[in-house]
Amino acid sequence: MAMQTPAPCDYSRATSVDDAIAQLQALGGNARLLAGGYSLIPMMKLRLANPGHVIDINPLEPELSYIRQEGNEIRIGALTRHVMMLESDLLSQVFPDIFREAEAVLADPVVRNRGTMGGSLCQSDPAEDLSGVVVALKGKAVLRGTGGSERVVEMDEFHIGPYMTAVQPTEIMTEVRFPIRSGFGGAHEKVERRAGDFAIVAASAALSIEGGVIKEAGLACSAVGPTTMHIKRAEEALVGQAPSEQLFQQAGQIASADVSPNSDGRGPADYKRAVAGVLSQRALSRAAATALRS
Amino acid sequence: MLVSININGQTYSHDVEPRLLLVHFIREYAELHGTHWGCDTSNCGICIVLMDDPHSSQPPYPVKSCTMLAAMAQGYDITTVEGMPKPDGTLDPIQMGFHEMHALQCGFCTPGMMATGRWLIERHPNPTQMTDHEIRDGISGNLCRCTGYDNIIKAIRWAAAYIEEHPESARTAR
Repeated sequence: MAMQTPAPCDYSRATSVDDAIAQLQALGGNARLLAGGYSLIPMMKLRLANPGHVIDINPLEPELSYIRQEGNEIRIGALTRHVMMLESDLLSQVFPDIFREAEAVLADPVVRNRGTMGGSLCQSDPAEDLSGVVVALKGKAVLRGTGGSERVVEMDEFHIGPYMTAVQPTEIMTEVRFPIRSGFGGAHEKVERRAGDFAIVAASAALSIEGGVIKEAGLACSAVGPTTMHIKRAEEALVGQAPSEQLFQQAGQIASADVSPNSDGRGPADYKRAVAGVLSQRALSRAAATALRS
Repeated sequence: MLVSININGQTYSHDVEPRLLLVHFIREYAELHGTHWGCDTSNCGICIVLMDDPHSSQPPYPVKSCTMLAAMAQGYDITTVEGMPKPDGTLDPIQMGFHEMHALQCGFCTPGMMATGRWLIERHPNPTQMTDHEIRDGISGNLCRCTGYDNIIKAIRWAAAYIEEHPESARTAR
């Protein structure tokens, strides 16, 4: 029978974050951390990932699964499951309602029971939904390494290519930090072939509006480039302006111009480029409506 | 490596390769063939079983057993379709619902569908009030290639109503 099986590998469980780092160090770059497994195991079955060893970090859930406010930040533990982000009242209050919208269309409920924040970001799949949200919200990843060292990496430096991140072989992502802003509104728009599929195109928008003026803007498009695309020129065009449909149309046009999609089974490049513009405009427009209500 | 998994209340211990997938442990080592093996790509939900996670406050939740290493399930309680009936053979309400509403045609997707359906009912605060959207979204990770979704949705509703009338049947049998 033809079956998909990962290449031979060893398996161990981590007992703490420091233990995971020690194991990574001992295995000298030949190991991968295994969380929910819904990205890494399919990659191993396709032999696109061939780690000699997988370190199961699911036992670290008590240490790394949380959504909490600290000062002017929201901190989400790397092992926080998608279902927790989907159903978090805190995230809905602080960032209405970009997490819920993205998580509701991310894969399916069975995958969302297991898949994690850290897994989504570290897989660095350019078509993945949550990565767009993190880029739009200017989230920063906390990476812990040997000897208790810790560094905080912005998303522009984090995603360095398809399935490639700034995480070093002896590092583990412990959490993602998000600055809280007043007058916030966010939205996530996605076009997909069928429920639960990867996006044909998705757009994540985050706005902070005070006194009728956009103070902060975040815009990211998924599935239209080698990484989650951060549409910086659109953000620059938005900040300092009064929200209007015309402004969001301009931002959408910038997004269309700045993405770099490929033609594939999900559609031709020019179609995806057009969809990126339309979804960006829609997401910004709904984000503004939410911000003005909050 | 030696892997011990509690499946339907019985412990199965076997010396297996660490790369062995849970679905193959269940079918080939525990010899429980009620769990089917479908697309092998985490899409179809045919291989779904219920996993009781001691770290989670959730009731036993569905996992795609083709996308989990058997080793990852060590220490967790797994329930397959064989473990759904009570020890006296009384079917679980979700199984009764699938029978009553004729919610299976070829039957290939049925064990996975019932596992997900059972979980949807258990975690919903008011299962008899589940909307069509909630059920359809809930089973969006399970594919039925006979496309018999309407009766599957009716079966899940039937089970929710049965459990409301017979609360003693609500606990997942293990």
